Amino acid sequence: MSNIYQAIQQRILVLDGAMGTMLQRYNFSEEDFRGERFKDYPSPLKGNNDLLSLTQPQAIADVHRKYFEAGADIVETNTFSGTTIAMADYDMEDLVYELNFESARIAKQVAEEMTKENPDKPRFVAGSIGPTNRTASLSPDVNRPEYRAVTFEELRQAYKQQTEALLDGGVDMLLVETIFDTLNAKAALFAIDQVQEERGIKIPIMVSGTITDASGRTLSGQTVEAFLLSISHIPLLSVGFNCALGADQLQPYLSRLSNETEFFTSAHPNAGLPNAFGEYDQTAEQMQELIEGYLKANIINIIGGCCGTTPEHIKLIAEVAAKYKPRQVVVRA
Amino acid sequence: MSKNNKPKYLSLSGLEPLIVTPESNFINVGERTNVTGSRKFLRLIKEEKFDEALDVARDQVEGGAQIIDVNMDEGMLDGAEAMVKFLNLIASEPDIARVPIMIDSSKWDIIEAGLQVVQGKSVVNSISLKEGEEAFIHHAKLVKRYGAAMVVMAFDEDGQADTYQRRIDICKRSYDILVDKVGFPPQDIIFDPNIFPVATGMEEHRLNALDFFNATKWIRENLPYVNVSGGVSNVSFSFRGNNVVREAINSAFLYHAIKHGLNIGIVNPTMLEVYDEIPKDLLEHVEDVLFNRKEDATERLLDFAETVKGDKKVDEAKVLEWRSYELQERITHALVKGVDAFIIEDVEQARQESKRPIEVIEGHLMIGMNVVGDLFGSGKMFLPQVVKSARVMKKAVAYLQPFIEAEKDGKQEFAGKILMATVKGDVHDIGKNIVSVVLGCNNYEIVDLGVMVPPEKIIERAKAENVDVIGLSGLITPSLDEMVYLSKEMERQKFTIPLLIGGATTSRAHSAVKIAPNYTHAVVHVNDASRAVTVVGNLLNADNKVYKEQIREEYEKFREQFLKRGKKKNFVTIEDARKRKFKIDWNTSEIVKPNQLGVQVIQDFDLKKLEKFIDWSPFFRSWDLHGKYPDILTDEVVGEQAKELFADAKELLKRVFDEKLLGAKAIFGLFPANTVNDDDIEIYDENGKTKVTFLTLRQQLDKREGVPNFALADFIAPKDTGIEDYMGCFCVSTGFGTAELAKQFEADHDDYNSIMIKALADRLAEAFAEYLHKEIRINHWGYDSNETLSNEDLIKETYKGVRPAPGYPACPDHLEKKTIWKLLNVKEEIGVEITDSLAMWPAASVSGYYFANKEAKYFGLGKITQDQLVDYAKRRGVSNEVAEKWLSPTLAD
Repeated sequence: MSNIYQAIQQRILVLDGAMGTMLQRYNFSEEDFRGERFKDYPSPLKGNNDLLSLTQPQAIADVHRKYFEAGADIVETNTFSGTTIAMADYDMEDLVYELNFESARIAKQVAEEMTKENPDKPRFVAGSIGPTNRTASLSPDVNRPEYRAVTFEELRQAYKQQTEALLDGGVDMLLVETIFDTLNAKAALFAIDQVQEERGIKIPIMVSGTITDASGRTLSGQTVEAFLLSISHIPLLSVGFNCALGADQLQPYLSRLSNETEFFTSAHPNAGLPNAFGEYDQTAEQMQELIEGYLKANIINIIGGCCGTTPEHIKLIAEVAAKYKPRQVVVRA
Repeated sequence: MSKNNKPKYLSLSGLEPLIVTPESNFINVGERTNVTGSRKFLRLIKEEKFDEALDVARDQVEGGAQIIDVNMDEGMLDGAEAMVKFLNLIASEPDIARVPIMIDSSKWDIIEAGLQVVQGKSVVNSISLKEGEEAFIHHAKLVKRYGAAMVVMAFDEDGQADTYQRRIDICKRSYDILVDKVGFPPQDIIFDPNIFPVATGMEEHRLNALDFFNATKWIRENLPYVNVSGGVSNVSFSFRGNNVVREAINSAFLYHAIKHGLNIGIVNPTMLEVYDEIPKDLLEHVEDVLFNRKEDATERLLDFAETVKGDKKVDEAKVLEWRSYELQERITHALVKGVDAFIIEDVEQARQESKRPIEVIEGHLMIGMNVVGDLFGSGKMFLPQVVKSARVMKKAVAYLQPFIEAEKDGKQEFAGKILMATVKGDVHDIGKNIVSVVLGCNNYEIVDLGVMVPPEKIIERAKAENVDVIGLSGLITPSLDEMVYLSKEMERQKFTIPLLIGGATTSRAHSAVKIAPNYTHAVVHVNDASRAVTVVGNLLNADNKVYKEQIREEYEKFREQFLKRGKKKNFVTIEDARKRKFKIDWNTSEIVKPNQLGVQVIQDFDLKKLEKFIDWSPFFRSWDLHGKYPDILTDEVVGEQAKELFADAKELLKRVFDEKLLGAKAIFGLFPANTVNDDDIEIYDENGKTKVTFLTLRQQLDKREGVPNFALADFIAPKDTGIEDYMGCFCVSTGFGTAELAKQFEADHDDYNSIMIKALADRLAEAFAEYLHKEIRINHWGYDSNETLSNEDLIKETYKGVRPAPGYPACPDHLEKKTIWKLLNVKEEIGVEITDSLAMWPAASVSGYYFANKEAKYFGLGKITQDQLVDYAKRRGVSNEVAEKWLSPTLAD
């Protein structure tokens, strides 16, 4: 695990692109999602992408391989919704451990194969920990502002289980991502820190928030700086932003973040803003040009893509990233 | 990474960041959202007026507070629930939530509940070494993991730091533990080295300000990156009432404290003069005190303060000046000030000047009492003063009585006749007596039937005396049923007069929901003597229809709201609750065999030994003076009154000690015991035969996973473990002689001391229970023979093991008293009896159990459901109806 720290000092690391966008290309049917094992499962399962790690493991492995081949150093496990809270939508709470364990194992296996092929470029797996579909500091009911659909304790338990399963499955690091409510992320960090203590290990942790719109704030209302202060109590590998915005809209926030933090920085923006049909149509070339803006400003250590990005995007991002030196962690006096 | 290059500044966040750099101005913490510091905020929270409570928070932020302190530490609140609810509400108000929160509580579970609902980086206020290193480290680690900064009080196992050396020693020790052992970021530590009042006149307080300054400086210079904060207005406490001087002290202190390194503080901006605008001469006197620059600095400031305030103090000559006033003024003065030394003299003069003796009462005395009534009504007089006024009034009336009776037709005209009674089975009458006195002062004729009055007698006397109002009082829960019964009787017998309800267990909710519906006419809950006069006045007004209708409507509305209130709680079945019981690991749990098994009796206990065990705060509460002892003595609003009351209490207490006015007895027993069937505790004799079985009740509230559903039985090893465990129970009383003494005082028209002796006896009984518990822990049982706890620790219940009492939150079942009485033979041995409603007589008595296990703790049973009731009835061998009668207050609706 330790060589992630060496690699990140030497070069800008490239994170993979969207898993969902790639899986859409397979056009999996309800039956494909179910596979043999869940063919009689009582609830509809189409759309449960995390489940594909069990029912279509080859497809998942292929996506990972494509990103590695495009030049990614790190791929994310297919576990964005791998908590009891998010899986409740499919009545699949009991499968959470297995989903995470298998997803981690699949990604790790591909990473090891790739590292074997080219030992000079070690490949890594980041366990993806999503935000769940509930918020701990926002009420879903405008008439009851004091109400919460989920508690810190429920989140902590769910995240702890996910963390343990991902680690057991072999991930090199954890990525707490797409944070739109900082309190959810704090529960995840609390759980991860407990696991660090219980297992006596130090886990490289990436944290990535989401700035939802031009207000420059998270969904739960925090500014960039307030968000950073709220998650900096646990030693992190990196802190950054992903999703919601394209690379150009994200840059000013990333600059502020880079100025303030002594952690490494990361970004995985969307391929632009969605068009009227909810599709992302920023091309790989367009995105490459915008990302080069980050590199010139020297504000980034880990760069990848979120919604709408594909191996083509990652390939061009990796090419341009290789031309620049990583951001040095220098903090204002 | 260049980790050490980054300057380490305290950095906090709400929705926006707050970074405290050396260039930052003093950081001002808003203090009004604190139930212990703001009566208004407490009231808003209690009444669930959260919108207005949020306004208080918003005003603070708009007024410039950079952090807001939220504190919900109040006995009547569920602190954790209130904290969570309020912080959740703040989270949805962006104009408030932009600043960081200071989560303020003396209870860790409230702090943790708060930490779990704030997304920003908040400040915990506070933790300290008070409970030792282990707890300190544990809490600090959690604070770190939750991502908060924290205030660390200069407090250790030996108490609060009050000298320079103690302050720096404790802060240094805390710092080393936090930085080296916990890895806590030093910039996230805020030390509070304790600001104490100056110019108190006490020799040991001379250095209070200077020590704080120097300690602050030392901390900032020697403990890298930390911050220092404090509650500033405390420094000027001894000048309450003289705001000019107070403000000067506050701002001079703050000015110098900041120069010495104070960078965060809780300051009331309205109590702060601008430093440069303090008059030079005043400033010099103040700074002489702060820096202890002159031997007689305090005296000089005091003298100077007089010239600033002007009319602050009256000199000796002025004290008797009022004797030269006009007659009416003298009588009024005597009544207002509660001075009875000259009242007979003055009343005699008035009688001679009047045509008829009755005119003295209806004229002179009533004029004076009206002044008292107005002052009390407007909050300018307090209850103990009014009771003293009544004493003067009664003496005057008693003197006039023979003259009035000598005249035929010389009857006093009363405003109304009121029957007062403590209901059947209940013996507590302090509150009832206070209300009687206050009403008496306002020219109502009181028919006081005393305590334990059966309903038939109340009805019969009400008819015979033709009273205008019936007032019922009670303190224990079964009394509520008596009141319900009486309201039905009044309806059946076609009464039309108003019914007043009061006493500690009564509530507006109970009166509105359980009593008012039974009676067609007015039912009013009055729990506060100051309201009694207005309420009765309105009820007896000739034109009272509107008021009565208003009351009914109000109660009906309240009842509706109460019945459909949103807070629906979920319960688990008793079987499931038992599965979730609190599990002590009996293989490793330490069980100490008592040094002396069996029953012991203490017959004539020397009360003097109890003085230092007295918890005074409830004493003040019984007189409607609210606040914590000893702070209450310097409270801005009630301080003067509290001090006076305290002096009178001490005087009577001294008489009690010296003349042995009260008798104290105790009985206790320690026995082998085991839990059976989860919830029952069997008590064994020396041969292992079961003597009695205690039945405990189990919490049934559906709690989050991992949080147990407690019953007292969980603290005793189950029989099937094969482990011999132990349990104790006790009864103490200091009430022998109270009733007789009170009667003597009453005969002397001295209601003040009559109430006082009862209030003192209650305190002594509690103190005795505390004392005996300590003896049990250290000697008789001896499970904690190394214990060294101060009296404050005892009051805060920091000892090991618990002594819960039947009728109180952990075991609301009063019937358990019968089992204790049977086991210890209480009545025969020490003469304490239990009434039909299971109140103890004499009233100043305490009984309960002893549990010694280290893991035993106090808890509240909360509500139970029907299944446990049925199960309980079976175990108790009574019908469901009987069980329901005793447990009805704890049954979930």
